[in-house]
Amino acid sequence: MTGFAALLARDLRLVWRRPGDVMVVLAFFVVATVLFPLGIGPETNLLARIAAGILWCAALFASLLSLDRLFAADYEDGALDLLLLAPLPLELAALAKCGAHWIVTGLPLALLAPLMGLLFGLSGPGLAALGLTLLAGTPTLSLIGGLAAALTLGARRGGALLALLALPLCVPTLIFGAAAVESVAMGEGFLTHLAILAALGLLSLATLPWAIAAALRQAGE
Amino acid sequence: MAPTPLNVPLLNVANLACRRGGRPVFDRLSFALGAGELLALTGRNGSGKTTLLRALGLLVAADAGSIRWQGIDVARDRDAWRRCFAWLGHLDGLKADLTVAENLASACRLREEPGDRIDSSLVALDLGSLADRAVRTLSAGQRRRAALARVLATAAPLWLLDEPLNALDATSQAALRLALARHLASGGIAIAATHAPIDVPNVRALLMEEKKDR
Repeated sequence: MTGFAALLARDLRLVWRRPGDVMVVLAFFVVATVLFPLGIGPETNLLARIAAGILWCAALFASLLSLDRLFAADYEDGALDLLLLAPLPLELAALAKCGAHWIVTGLPLALLAPLMGLLFGLSGPGLAALGLTLLAGTPTLSLIGGLAAALTLGARRGGALLALLALPLCVPTLIFGAAAVESVAMGEGFLTHLAILAALGLLSLATLPWAIAAALRQAGE
Repeated sequence: MAPTPLNVPLLNVANLACRRGGRPVFDRLSFALGAGELLALTGRNGSGKTTLLRALGLLVAADAGSIRWQGIDVARDRDAWRRCFAWLGHLDGLKADLTVAENLASACRLREEPGDRIDSSLVALDLGSLADRAVRTLSAGQRRRAALARVLATAAPLWLLDEPLNALDATSQAALRLALARHLASGGIAIAATHAPIDVPNVRALLMEEKKDR
């Protein structure tokens, strides 16, 4: 486990040295969500109804924004070889890297989204549903994005390809995340949605690290 | 149990063959190395020196042949084999935003090693004054030295080095030779792909020849 902790700590420290990378992601999220009221107009009812979809989509795009560097940086400076040669199983290494990505993007996005929801006039329970579903759903986004990042290693225009690969896979998470806030607005609970999001998260946790490791081994050849 | 011969080779490579992109890079490559020996891989660009090193590290799958460490096929226990060698690739493998000392420490923790040799390896390559500098502020030669220090900091008996002398000035080359000689004298083994001759005792050369397309 020391190798896992070492890799996680190294990646978090690297982000700490360059806080701008995270700030850009969060700023993109804020700017992108603020654009919608400007484009649609100040109709509070309409905005409150579509807020969840907008915030979820913006969070999805924002978390994709920093993903193309997830493995590419290690690939370019040779650190990927050291990961491949470490006694730590590559699946755990992939999990550590996706975990670090979630801590610096998914987690802050889940905390920031309710604040943005306030601007859209979401109710208290709606805000809670938004924050909690993002908290449960963003780990899945980080893992799916990690797979896309590993698959596009070394490809030209990797960034665009990455989004093209990752976005369709994120659809189930997006549907249940946005639907949770909707169902709260209808006066129903969102526990079912939260449970499905958690199940999706566990499913990706149980499968994607292996797929990412296989893609990384391929890239290392 | 049969008595083990005294000078049994530690590393035994037999009939190794590798193809990249459908083209044979090398085939029927055999050599054996005992404690205290350095194998210098020489040959032109594209003759397969790096591929051989990557095949030894199991980063590239060999098509045929066997690699044995202390008589045991390394593919049988990959994790145990990975602990046996330290790797210096064509790229330095350093994170530019971390300091030299942090890079070495995180590399050791990743290998699950205590890292008690970090200080001495920094001194051996004259990096003491650069230890707290971010790698991004270093020159190419200084980075190469830092990457070499990472190899020295491990307890691995086998060093796999791809162009270790790259970008090094005369003083640093001498420091590397000294470190290599010390490693070999303590019973270590090294395989280095190199263009410049490495002047240490017990050096053997393996000339890699470019394969023609067949």
